[in-house]
Amino acid sequence: MKAKVYVTLKAGVLDPQGKAIQHSVELLGYGGIADIRQGKYFEIALDDSIDQEHARAAAERMAREVLANPIIEDYRVEVEA
Amino acid sequence: MKFGVIVFPGSNCDHDAYHVISKHVGQPVSFIWHKETDLSGYDAIIIPGGFSYGDYLRAGALARFSPVMSSVREFAARGGFVLGICNGFQILCEAGLLPGALIRNRNLHFVCAHINVLVETTDTPFTNELTRGAVLRLPIAHAEGNYTCDDATLAELQREDRIVFRYCDDAGHITDKANPNGARDSIAGICNRARNVIGLMPHPERACEDLLGSSDGRGIFHSLTATLVHAQER
Repeated sequence: MKAKVYVTLKAGVLDPQGKAIQHSVELLGYGGIADIRQGKYFEIALDDSIDQEHARAAAERMAREVLANPIIEDYRVEVEA
Repeated sequence: MKFGVIVFPGSNCDHDAYHVISKHVGQPVSFIWHKETDLSGYDAIIIPGGFSYGDYLRAGALARFSPVMSSVREFAARGGFVLGICNGFQILCEAGLLPGALIRNRNLHFVCAHINVLVETTDTPFTNELTRGAVLRLPIAHAEGNYTCDDATLAELQREDRIVFRYCDDAGHITDKANPNGARDSIAGICNRARNVIGLMPHPERACEDLLGSSDGRGIFHSLTATLVHAQER
């Protein structure tokens, strides 16, 4: 069982790293980029004895309490068998 | 009165804080390893600057889970004085003891410089010996000092007079140019609602000796000791 957690900055929170990355990408010649926002991605390997429902609940809690800071970040959890 | 300086793996301003308390404040002080949980006997706790847990995940995010932090939470709830400096401010925000968060500086640079802050309120145990409107010259050294919070939190901080320090120029004017990291409303330091927990990005403990370029940090420690003396006399 694997849980994937995506952490992204909330809309409106400044992302200077994203802006710097966008600038570099544009220097490569890519045009038409409205915005680049940098985020974090976590892969959590869970014991196979845990069912999907409990895996999701556990990953949601980890995301809420540790992986993301809800003041500045949003998170999304995916669980795959 | 007894001071404690918490030491996390990666703290690096713990000795500076210890030095200032023992030498300039002249009070007993101990280091408290982050795995300790007994804070009885302490009157004030300093959470020092540094890179606790290497700033992994987010600055201050992992230190918040150290065993000592539950005790700090209880200590603060009992009215104990807590001073978070730089990484200490980040840890207090991550722990929810102070509102808001500290994100990457807007210019992405690690900024190491002497800056000015305006004393916005003297109604805290850490600033009561200072003068409102006074300009303090203090060093900063951080990459994640850009204070951010939502509109409701900012309004609450303003309404409750909880913005303690704001970045300013030499003359005490709040300008965008004088804001070294992009902090919302030029906020350099705030306190909690009970006013016994304060966090600030500048380093007053590195500004207590003229030899180091400024001794403006002393007023913060003198305020705290004056508060503790008054508390003990009552």
